[in-house]
Amino acid sequence: MKANLKSNLAWLGVMVLGFVVIDACEFAGLINTFIENMLVTIGINVILAVGLNLIIGFAGQFSLGHAGFMAIGAYATGIMTQTMATPAGFYLSMVVGMVIAVIAAVIVGIPTLRLRGDYLAIATMGAAEIIRILINNLKITNGAAGLFNIPALASWVTVYVLMCLTTIVTVNFIHSRGGRAVMAVREDEIAAGAMGINTTRWKLAAFIFGAATAAIGGSLHAAYIQTIAPGDFNIMASIAILIIVVLGGVGSVTGTFVAALVLGALDTILQNFGTVRMIIYSLALILIMIFKPAGLLGSWEFSFKRLFNRKVKGVAEHE
Amino acid sequence: MSNSPLLEAQALVKNFGGLTAVANVSVHFDQNELIGLIGPNGAGKTTLFNLLTGETPVSSGTISFYTDHGVQPLNGKQPAQIAKIGISRTFQNIRLFKELSVLDNVRIAMTNHYHEGFLTSILRLPKYYQTEAAMTKAAQELLAIFDLTAVADLPAKSLPYGIQRRLEIVRALATKPKLLFLDEPAAGMNPEETADLTRLIRKIQREFHITIVLIEHDMSLVMNVVERLYVLEHGALLATGTPQEIQKNPAVIKAYLGGE
Ligand SMILES: Nc1ncnc2c1ncn2[C@@H]1O[C@H](COP(=O)(O)OP(=O)(O)O)[C@@H](O)[C@H]1O
Ligand SMILES: [Mg+2]
Repeated sequence: MKANLKSNLAWLGVMVLGFVVIDACEFAGLINTFIENMLVTIGINVILAVGLNLIIGFAGQFSLGHAGFMAIGAYATGIMTQTMATPAGFYLSMVVGMVIAVIAAVIVGIPTLRLRGDYLAIATMGAAEIIRILINNLKITNGAAGLFNIPALASWVTVYVLMCLTTIVTVNFIHSRGGRAVMAVREDEIAAGAMGINTTRWKLAAFIFGAATAAIGGSLHAAYIQTIAPGDFNIMASIAILIIVVLGGVGSVTGTFVAALVLGALDTILQNFGTVRMIIYSLALILIMIFKPAGLLGSWEFSFKRLFNRKVKGVAEHE
Repeated sequence: MSNSPLLEAQALVKNFGGLTAVANVSVHFDQNELIGLIGPNGAGKTTLFNLLTGETPVSSGTISFYTDHGVQPLNGKQPAQIAKIGISRTFQNIRLFKELSVLDNVRIAMTNHYHEGFLTSILRLPKYYQTEAAMTKAAQELLAIFDLTAVADLPAKSLPYGIQRRLEIVRALATKPKLLFLDEPAAGMNPEETADLTRLIRKIQREFHITIVLIEHDMSLVMNVVERLYVLEHGALLATGTPQEIQKNPAVIKAYLGGE
C-alpha cells in the first residue's frame, strides 16, 4: 500500500510539474500560437495513441480505423456546441461523442471479435470509411466543406488535463484484473479461453475503451482547432496514429508518449523545410524501424515503483 | 474413495472431414479419481480432451457434468463457460502466456473468482487494492506449494521446459477446477523429471481433492499412478479397467504393449 501511495504521488508530481512548466513558459511568452498548436497536437495524439495501443499492444487486436471514432467525437462537438457554446455544452458533446463511438465499436466489434484472427483490421477500416462517407454526405455535418467557427471551448489546459486523465484511466485498467485478462487474450487466445476468460468480452472491452478515448481526442481537436472536415479523418489519419503506437513500442504506454513527442517535434521542426519535410520524416521513420524494430521502447514501461524499489535495495546493499 | 459421478460422456463422435478422430467413445470420470488415457499417437486422445473442454465442438454425443446444482449438459458450451463450471486443462504443446510473468499467468487463471468491477479498477478505489492484494496472495500461495516462488516475477517464456509444464499445471489449478485434464505432462522430460512429476500429480490429487485425467503414452508413469485406465485406438475405445486388468487385456497387449 505504501509503495502504491508513493508511486501515485510521484506521478501526480510529474503531472503537476509538466503543467507548471508549460504554464510558466506561456506566462514568460516563450510559447507562441505555433508552439502551443504543436503541444496540443501532441497531447491529442497521446490520447488517441494510448487508446489504440490498448487495442493493438495489450489486447493484440489490429484496428485500422481509429480516426473514424475520432471523427465521431469531433463532429459531436462541432455540431452540438453550435447551439450550446458553453463548457457544459462542450463536455456534454464529448460524452455524446463517446456514447456514439462506443455504439459504433460494439456494432463493429461483436461480429468480428468473436472470431480468431485479424478480421477487426478490415472491419474497422471499412467502418471508418463508412463514417467518413456519411459525414461527407450528411447535411448536419455540412458535407465535404466541414464545420468551421466551432466555439473555442478547449484550451491547452483542457487537453493537458484530459490527456492525463485518459492515460491514468488506461494505465489503471492495464494494471487490473481486466487488463491482465486482455493481455492473456493477446498471448494465447486458446489458453485464455481454457482458463475461463471470456475472450470476446475482454477483446470488446479493450476495443470499446479505445473507441471512447478516440472520441475524446476528436472532441478536443474540434474545440481547439475550431475547423473540421471529413478529410481530416481518412485512412491516413488512422495510419498516423498507428505510426505513433508502432514507433513508440507496441504494448508500451511510455513509448507512446515518447513517440508522440518526438514525432510532434520533428513534424514542427520540419515545417520550414517545405516538401523535403515528408522525405526527412519518412527517412526518420524508416531508420527507427530498421534499428529499433520493436519501436523505440519495445514493451518497456517506466515505473516509479520499480525505481523506488531499486533505490531501497541499493541503499540496503550499501549499508 | 467416493464413487459419485463427475462427468459422463455418451457416444462421442468427432469427424474431421472424412477422418473420424473420435468414434463412439463413452467415458465417465468419478469424483476424486485419477484416470489414465492412453493410446498410440493419433489415437484421438487430445481430440477427446478438446471435445470435453469445448475447444472442439462434438459431431455427435452428449457430455454431462455433475455439479452441486445438478447435472449440466456441456454440449455447445464455450471453453470459457466450461472452465467456469469446473474443468481445467494443460496442453500437449505448452500454451503459457509467454511474455507475462509467472505470477500473472497464475493470477489470470483466477480472473473469474473476483468481481471488483470496471469503475473500481480504473478509479483505483480501495476495493481495487484489496482485490489485487487478495489475488496476489492466493497466487503466491499456489506458487509456493509448487516451488515456483523464486521465479514468480520472471516471464514464463524464460523458464526451462520442465518448469513451464509445472507452471501450466499450477495455472490450471488456479481456476479451482473439479476436473483437471493433463495432456502428456511428461512429454520431453527425462526420467528424473518424470519421477518428480509423478510425485507432483499424487500431491495434487491428495491436497486439492480433484479428479485428474492424464494422457500419457509413457506406460510406466501411468501404470504407477492411476486407478483406472481408458485405452484408445484409431479413435475408438479399445479397453478400460484397472492397470492390472489393462496389462492382462489381450486386445491391449496386441495393439499397444505388443509393440514394445
Ligand atoms: N483440427 C483437426 N483437423 C483435422 N484433423 C485433426 C484435427 N485434430 C486432430 N486431427 C486428427 O485426428 C486424429 C487424432 O489426433 P489427436 O487427438 O491429436 O491424437 P492423439 O492426441 O491421441 O495423439 C489424428 O489423425 C489427427 O491428425
Ligand atoms: Mg495428443
